[in-house]
Amino acid sequence: MRAAVIVFPGSNCDRDLAVAFEQAGFKVDMVWHKDAALPEGVDIVGVPGGFSYGDYLRCGAIAAQSPICKAVIEHTERGGYAVGICNGFQVLTETGILPGALLRNAGLKYICKTVGLKVETSDSVFTGGYNAGDVIGIPIAHHDGNYFADDETLSALKDQDRIAFTYAENPNGSVGDIAGILSENRRVLGMMPHPERAADEGHGGTDGVALFRALSGVFEVA
Amino acid sequence: MKARVHVMLKNGVLDPQGEAVRHALGAMGFDQVEGVRQGKVIDLELADGATEADVTKMCEKLLANTVIERYEIELV
Repeated sequence: MRAAVIVFPGSNCDRDLAVAFEQAGFKVDMVWHKDAALPEGVDIVGVPGGFSYGDYLRCGAIAAQSPICKAVIEHTERGGYAVGICNGFQVLTETGILPGALLRNAGLKYICKTVGLKVETSDSVFTGGYNAGDVIGIPIAHHDGNYFADDETLSALKDQDRIAFTYAENPNGSVGDIAGILSENRRVLGMMPHPERAADEGHGGTDGVALFRALSGVFEVA
Repeated sequence: MKARVHVMLKNGVLDPQGEAVRHALGAMGFDQVEGVRQGKVIDLELADGATEADVTKMCEKLLANTVIERYEIELV
């Protein structure tokens, strides 16, 4: 069971994400953005939160053009698993792996607090440890988390049950209260809230643990 | 050759920064302002032989996110 966590200049949740994977039983490789290939045998790629390339141009835009992102795109095109959290979600939308974009928060403020997150579907390797309708407490920490997609994309996300999480109380103006979405093959998750920051009792909550545990369940069997 | 690229949020995409500027202008007494949209201007210094088609590619691939933004290219 192996996970790769990508490290960009400006990533700051890479170690938290690695620890959350490790606690769930993964062996974790940290992979530098200039590497052109993922380590062999990687089951899942984690794209962490932070401020890759200082958020210059647009959040995630420069990171999406880095050598390692070509390898991540190829990995997902082969049907590989990936999760992008916060800046990682922004990177995944900028690469085109996930649809839509993340805009400046409607209230213009950087928001850092634990929010109620409603699990919209348990039908994915990421959300299988929850029940649809569960409300879990997960921290958010972002300035640009206002999810936007055109009407056609939104209908597709709804019709295909690809909205993973919504906010119980919309903090940032996201269309449809969307906090996290799945790719069409359900193997890529992008979400603004930080489950890796809710994976240790000492850090104020453990509602994120089920996400990493559910993942480990899938790859142990495989 | 120089090119100037204007990047703006598409119509219909909420621009909270533009809204904040509009509010501030209103509060300062500029009540003739009915709307503000904020964008970016990117100046490119290009080598001889570069074409507008090259700049279009740059816009599509990096300078603009066409999910939320539109762009205009001005060759100077």
